[in-house]
Amino acid sequence: MLKGLAGITAAFVFGVLAGDPQDIPPPKENYDEETLCVEPVEDMRRQHFEYILDHRDKTVVEGIRTKQYSLIGCIDCHITPNEEGVYARYSQETHFCASCHQFAAVRIDCFQCHADRPAEAIQKAQESDTSVQRPVQELRETLELSNSAFNR
Amino acid sequence: MRYTLDTTEEISTERRSFTQGLAALGGLAIAPGVFLYATADAKPDDQAVSSQQRWGMLVDTNSCSEDCSACVSACNEENGLWSLGRPETDAQWIRKLNVKDRQTGHVTSMPMMCQHCEHPPCVDVCPTGASFRREDGIVLVNKHTCIGCRYCMMACPYKARSFIHEPLQDQLPHSPRGKGCVESCTLCVHKVDRGDNNTACAEACASEGHEALLFGDLNDPESEISKQLEKHGGTQIRSDLGLNTGVYYQGI
Repeated sequence: MLKGLAGITAAFVFGVLAGDPQDIPPPKENYDEETLCVEPVEDMRRQHFEYILDHRDKTVVEGIRTKQYSLIGCIDCHITPNEEGVYARYSQETHFCASCHQFAAVRIDCFQCHADRPAEAIQKAQESDTSVQRPVQELRETLELSNSAFNR
Repeated sequence: MRYTLDTTEEISTERRSFTQGLAALGGLAIAPGVFLYATADAKPDDQAVSSQQRWGMLVDTNSCSEDCSACVSACNEENGLWSLGRPETDAQWIRKLNVKDRQTGHVTSMPMMCQHCEHPPCVDVCPTGASFRREDGIVLVNKHTCIGCRYCMMACPYKARSFIHEPLQDQLPHSPRGKGCVESCTLCVHKVDRGDNNTACAEACASEGHEALLFGDLNDPESEISKQLEKHGGTQIRSDLGLNTGVYYQGI
C-alpha cells in the first residue's frame, strides 16, 4: 500500500517536473498580442489537435497553406534553442510538445514523419555533413537512439 | 501534319485570343474583381488549388546528357531523400534511364518519375483513398491515410513509387515522410504552392546548362511548356494505356 502510494507520488512529481515550463525555451513571438497563440491559450491547450487535424487535410488535398494552423508554424514558433543553442527533439521532455504529451500520457505519431524542429535547426545539423548522402553508420546510431520505441 | 503548315499557328493564335476574350468578359460579368480566367501566378495561401491549372513537365531527351544526374541529386536534396546505405530500398522519386536502340546504337537518356496521369492507376487501386490526384493535376499520396499496402507500386506502369522501410529522422519540414508509407515525385508541390513555378530537378538541369526539363502549366496556352508542345509536339510514355500523363517527352 505504502509502496503503491510512493509510486503514485513519484509519478506525480515526475509528471510535474516533466512539464515544468521553466525548462522549456519560450516561443519565438506571439502570433497575436491579445490571444498570444493562434487561438486563446486555454483553447489551444484543449483543442490544438482539432485545429491541426482539420488543417492538414486542407493542406494535403486542397493545397491550402495558410499559416494559422500549420504544424510547421507551431514548430517554427514554439521550438526555440535553449541557452546553449540546442533545439530539443520530440524524444526529449524539454521539447514543447513532448513536455505536455509526456505528462498527459499521450502518444502521437506526428513526428515520425514531420520535422520536430524548425528548418534552421535541421540545416544546422546538416551543415556538418559535406554531402547529401550522410555517413550510414552515424545515421543508424542516431536513429536507434531517438526512435527506439518504433524500432523493429 | 499540322506542324508543316505555316498558317496553322496564326489561326490557332486568333482562336486562342478570341476564347481568352470571352473568358475575360465572362469573369467581368460575374463580379468586379472576380476572374474566371487566370494565368499561372502564385495562388493566395487560403485558396484551394483548382483545375484551371494542370501542372506538367516536358523532357527534351536530346538535351539530356547520358552522364549527368543533376536532377536526381537536386530532387534528393530538395526533399531530404537521404540514403540509408541500401540502394535496393532507398527512396527514388526520379531516376535516370539510358535506353539503347539496338538497330542504330543510339542511346537516349532521360529522367523517369511519376508521370502525374490524368487517370492514374495508383489512384484506382488504392484501398484507402490515400493515392489521389489534386485538382491541379499533381498525383500525391496522403500519408495520413496510406497504410503501406503497396498496391499502387504494383499498379504504376512507370515504377515511380517507393516504399519507406525504415524509421527516418531529420525530414525536412516541407517534405514529411516516414516508415510504412509509399511516396513518389510530388512535382515539388511545396514549391508550386509557393509560386516558384518550377521544380528542383528542372532548376538543376537548367543550371547544368542542359535545359532538358521544362515545368509549366499545360492548361495555359501562353506558358512556355504549352508553346513548346504546340510547336514541336511531345510523346507520352505508354500513351496506349490512355492515362494522359502530365509528363511529355521529346526525342523518343
